[in-house]
Amino acid sequence: METSTKKIHALYNDDDVLLHAIKDIRKKEYKIDEVFTPFPVHGLEKALGVPHTRLAYAAFFYGIIGLSFAIWMMNYIMIEDWPQNIGGKPNFSYFQNMPAFVPVMFEMTVFFAAHLMVITFYFRSRLWPFKDAENPDPRTTDDMFLVELSSDGNEKEIEEFLKKTGAVEIKLIEN
Amino acid sequence: MASHYEAPIRKPLIIGEKSYHDISVDVAAPVEGKANKLWWIVFSISLSAFLWGLGCIFYTVGTGIGVWGLNKTVGWAWDITNFVWWVGIGHAGTLISAVLLLFRQKWRMGINRSAEAMTIFSVMQAGLFPLIHMGRLWNANWVLPIPNQFGSLWVNFNSPLLWDVFAISTYLSVSLVFWWTGLLPDFAMLRDRAIKPFQKKIYSLLSFGWSGRVKDWNRFEEVSLVLAGLATPLVLSVHTIVSFDFATSVIPGWHTTIFPPYFVAGAIFSGFAMVNTLLIIMRKVSNLEAYITVQHIELMNIVIMITGSIVGVAYITELFIAWYSGVEYEQYAFLNRATGPYWWAYLLMMSCNVFSPQFMWSKRLRTSIMFSFIISIVVNVGMWFERFVIIVTSLHRDYLPSSWTMFSPTFVDIGIFIGTIGFFFVLFLLYARTFPVIAQAEVKTILKSSGENFKKLRDGNEH
Repeated sequence: METSTKKIHALYNDDDVLLHAIKDIRKKEYKIDEVFTPFPVHGLEKALGVPHTRLAYAAFFYGIIGLSFAIWMMNYIMIEDWPQNIGGKPNFSYFQNMPAFVPVMFEMTVFFAAHLMVITFYFRSRLWPFKDAENPDPRTTDDMFLVELSSDGNEKEIEEFLKKTGAVEIKLIEN
Repeated sequence: MASHYEAPIRKPLIIGEKSYHDISVDVAAPVEGKANKLWWIVFSISLSAFLWGLGCIFYTVGTGIGVWGLNKTVGWAWDITNFVWWVGIGHAGTLISAVLLLFRQKWRMGINRSAEAMTIFSVMQAGLFPLIHMGRLWNANWVLPIPNQFGSLWVNFNSPLLWDVFAISTYLSVSLVFWWTGLLPDFAMLRDRAIKPFQKKIYSLLSFGWSGRVKDWNRFEEVSLVLAGLATPLVLSVHTIVSFDFATSVIPGWHTTIFPPYFVAGAIFSGFAMVNTLLIIMRKVSNLEAYITVQHIELMNIVIMITGSIVGVAYITELFIAWYSGVEYEQYAFLNRATGPYWWAYLLMMSCNVFSPQFMWSKRLRTSIMFSFIISIVVNVGMWFERFVIIVTSLHRDYLPSSWTMFSPTFVDIGIFIGTIGFFFVLFLLYARTFPVIAQAEVKTILKSSGENFKKLRDGNEH
């Protein structure tokens, strides 16, 4: 790859200044690699052009899996494998005995949707125990907002521009 | 600033001149500081109560359920009373973090973390009772539909008790991941502030390497929203199913269709009272008065007042329907409940749950911290007695007058109950010293719209 590529870290101390800066940087067509923020800044992903997460759709499918599993399991246990006469309830047909199965069908739907969605989130965002944090500056979990840019030889120019956007601190990182 | 607009009529949720950094400092302070004498005293008392309860549990398991006060007529008493009481208390946490999130209520952010912690700790206490009541704790896995060597011995999915197993375990585990996911950015804040290497290691481990990328936040918010959407029907289903334990039976006083909404309202009622009890103390001890304001307490008092009144309507409806049904067994069950030998428990329930919350109509009383604290204790006493009244008075005079009897708890019944209170406070006190007790990342998002200094600044500009 290009040997002259350098990383620039620009730190901002206000979310509104950050939002304006991101819009300006994008207009200039400098390449933003990543932004680290201490809390969710609304409108930031839109300003960066980051597509919205599809986790909600995933959760919906996980829920359907949970519901199907619950139906399959209770049909096998209560109807196929060992039907019993419990208070005269219809033990030959899942559908006719279904009112009694609704609570568990609901719980399993929620169980699968919630847990599988969270697991998907943790894996997609690479979050798990013993994983090292990757925010370049510890202040980004407190009150600082960090924009990471990459340059190809024009660091000086970018630096000047970032100062104008309101960055309070600019660092050059040699690769 | 325009994007942070909030109607001037709304009172600030963060008091004082706070910056983003101040929020981090204030939330981290109880974790980074040292525990004072009072904490150690309360912790020791709670731990002793917990150990005493543990002793009583060992005694029960070693000797048998016979050591409890149960008899042939009253086969369910303190164990299920305590179970329902603890599950009910748990409900407020999910209500605050999930339902108030769906309704976009910003005041949830100061209290949701602790309320969810309370949920998890109290559901853990609740879960203990059915487990102990099994007698053979080591066979607890038999309640799950696991293939086994006993022929085709499956669990019975027609039974509300099994629905409860599914409801409570789903509730506990989903609440736990909801809570933990919200904790990640706050653990990361503590990790990045930590100076001592051991603390840094621990919080690094707990924060799962949270870095706060844009995409992470985008997913974080989506996951929170979907979890809130799932947890809302879940929390309603849990107490509905708990009420099915009674409502699907054939015992007069239990088999009423009003039970699900009545139990859910009661659960929210007692849960908000417990949140008030805990947070009124915590905001003082941990210096969080700027984030858990009098307005928070007032709003919770209003919820207590409304749900208390719903519970009151349910009590009266029960009486009316018992009379209106024309069924003499049903009529007697309620007559006996109110005027029989347990009249004092019924009166306690009525006065604590229906009468006492009516004080909250007064603005002066519901904004009084001391009064709110007293009422929160009164409500929880009342809600314990509600469950006791429903369970014991429906059983103690059964179909055969020759077997009519009373229930009196043994020291083991009392010991286990006190033990769970001790265990609950042990967990909560440890939590208050080691966890970020306020969802600081979320609170930072509303600082500019609901912080006192920012609101003043904006109001000043408008004139």
